[in-house]
Amino acid sequence: MNGYVELTNGQVALAGLLILFNGAISIGLRLQMEPSLLLASVRTTVQLLLVGLVLEWVFRLERWYVVLAIGAMMTLIAGLTAAGRNQRRYPGIWLNTVISIWASAWIVTSFALLAVMRDTEPWYDPQYAIPLLGMVLGNTLNGISVGLNTFTEALVTRRDQVEAQLAMGASRWEAALAPIQHAVRTGMIPIINSMMIVGIVSLPGMMTGQILAGMAPVEAVKYQVVIMFLVASATSLGTVSVVLLSFLRLFSNDHQFLHGKIK
Amino acid sequence: MKNTKAMRHSGPSAELEAKGLHRLAGERVLLDNISLSVHGGDRIAIVGPTGSGKSLLLRSLAMLDPIDAGEVQWRGESVHGRDIPRFRSQVIYLQQRPALVEGTVEENLRQPYFLRAHRDKHFDRERVSRLLSSLGRGDSFLSQHQRDLSGGESQLTALLRAVQLDPAILLLDEPTAALDSDSTAMVERLVIDWLSEMPSDRATVWVTHDDEQSRRISNAMLQIHDGKLSKDVHERIR
Repeated sequence: MNGYVELTNGQVALAGLLILFNGAISIGLRLQMEPSLLLASVRTTVQLLLVGLVLEWVFRLERWYVVLAIGAMMTLIAGLTAAGRNQRRYPGIWLNTVISIWASAWIVTSFALLAVMRDTEPWYDPQYAIPLLGMVLGNTLNGISVGLNTFTEALVTRRDQVEAQLAMGASRWEAALAPIQHAVRTGMIPIINSMMIVGIVSLPGMMTGQILAGMAPVEAVKYQVVIMFLVASATSLGTVSVVLLSFLRLFSNDHQFLHGKIK
Repeated sequence: MKNTKAMRHSGPSAELEAKGLHRLAGERVLLDNISLSVHGGDRIAIVGPTGSGKSLLLRSLAMLDPIDAGEVQWRGESVHGRDIPRFRSQVIYLQQRPALVEGTVEENLRQPYFLRAHRDKHFDRERVSRLLSSLGRGDSFLSQHQRDLSGGESQLTALLRAVQLDPAILLLDEPTAALDSDSTAMVERLVIDWLSEMPSDRATVWVTHDDEQSRRISNAMLQIHDGKLSKDVHERIR
C-alpha cells in the first residue's frame, strides 16, 4: 500500500470525458443545461488547480502568518456564504455568521492541532492546518446556514405564538426557547445522520482520498473518525452560537420581539 | 397627561400610566406624544379608523413594541428591562388572532404556569370549569384539540388563558373582530364576568371598530386619529 498512481494531465482529461454523458442527456431531453455543464466543468478544474498551486506555495513557505491569513480568508468567505444562503435577513446577520463560524471552526481546529495531533511540527503545519480547517468550515457552514434559516423562519411563522407568550409575562428567553430548540436541532441533524451512516452507506471523500494516496485503510479511518468528531462539535458550536447571536439581535433587553428587523 | 385630564379617576393613583408615548416610522408619526392612565374600575374603549394607531398604542402600553420617546409606569414605577415579564403578568395584552400552542385546550390553559412570572400560581381546574359553565360550556371543551376549535372557541381559549392568571388589566386588541355574533357575545360575557369578580380593582382597555360594542363594554371612550388621542372625546357613558 505504498505510494499512489500519479495522474497525468491526459488521464484527468480522460475522466473529464464522462461529462459528455451529462451533455448527451441534456441534449436528448432538451434540458438546455449544456452551457452550465461546460461552465461547471471548467470552474471545477480551474478552481481546484488554483487551490493546488496556492497550497503548494503555502506548504513551501511554511510561515505561520501565511497559514493564518489563508485560514482567515477561508473563514470569512464561509461566514459570508452562510449568511448569503439565508432566505431572510436582519441587520447584523453577516457579522453574526462570521463570528459564529470563526469561533467554532477555529476553537475546534486549534484543539485538533494542539491536543489531538500534537506531534505536528510546527503546530501550524499547513499540511494539517489548512485541510482540517477546510473540512470543519465546509460542514460548519451547512449547520450554521440550516440553523439560522430555521430560526428566522420559525420566528416569522410563529410570531403570534412568540408574542402571545411575551404578552402573558414570558421572558424573551422563554418566548424564544421553542424556535431556538427547533433551529439547533435542525442544524445538527445532518451531521448526526452522516455519523450514523458513515462507512455503511457512504465512504467519506477525505478517507477515500487518503486510501487512494496510499495510506493504510485503518490509518485513513482514524483520521476520518477524528474529522467526524471535529465536524460534529464545530457544527454544534457554530449552530448554537449563530442562533443565540440572532436571538440577541431580534429580542431586546425589554423582552420585545423586534420582528420588524427580519426582512 | 394632556389628552386625558378630563377623565375622572376612580382610584387614588394610576395603576398603568403612559407618559408621552412617541413612535416614528421614518418621517411618519405613528404615535404622537400620547399620555393616558388606567385605574382599577376603568373600562376604556379605544376607537378610531384603520391605521390610526389603536393597536400600536395598546401594544406600546404592554411594552411589546419599542417606542422612540416616553415611558410606561406601573403603580408609580417606570417599567423596563427585567421588570417587564412581571409587569406583563399583571397587564396582559390579548391579540386579535388567538395564538394557541399545539395541544388540547387544557394544555393551552396550563402552559403559562410554566413561565417564571406565574410560577407562584397553579392551574385551577375547578375555577376554569366554573367559568366555562357560566358560558354554557362543559368540561369536555377542555379536552378538545386546538386544531378542532372554531375561531370563536380559539379566542375564548386565549381569553380564558389570560383571565385565569388574574391580571389587573386586560388590553384587548379587537378580540372579536373576526368572530360571529354568538362568539362575540361569549367573549364579552367572559370579560364582564372577570371584571365583576373585582370590579374596582380590575380594568380593561378594549380596542374596537364597533361603536355598539364600545358602548356595551366601556365606561369611557378615547378616540385616536393619526396617532393622536383626540381631546375631550372621552366620555362617561355609564
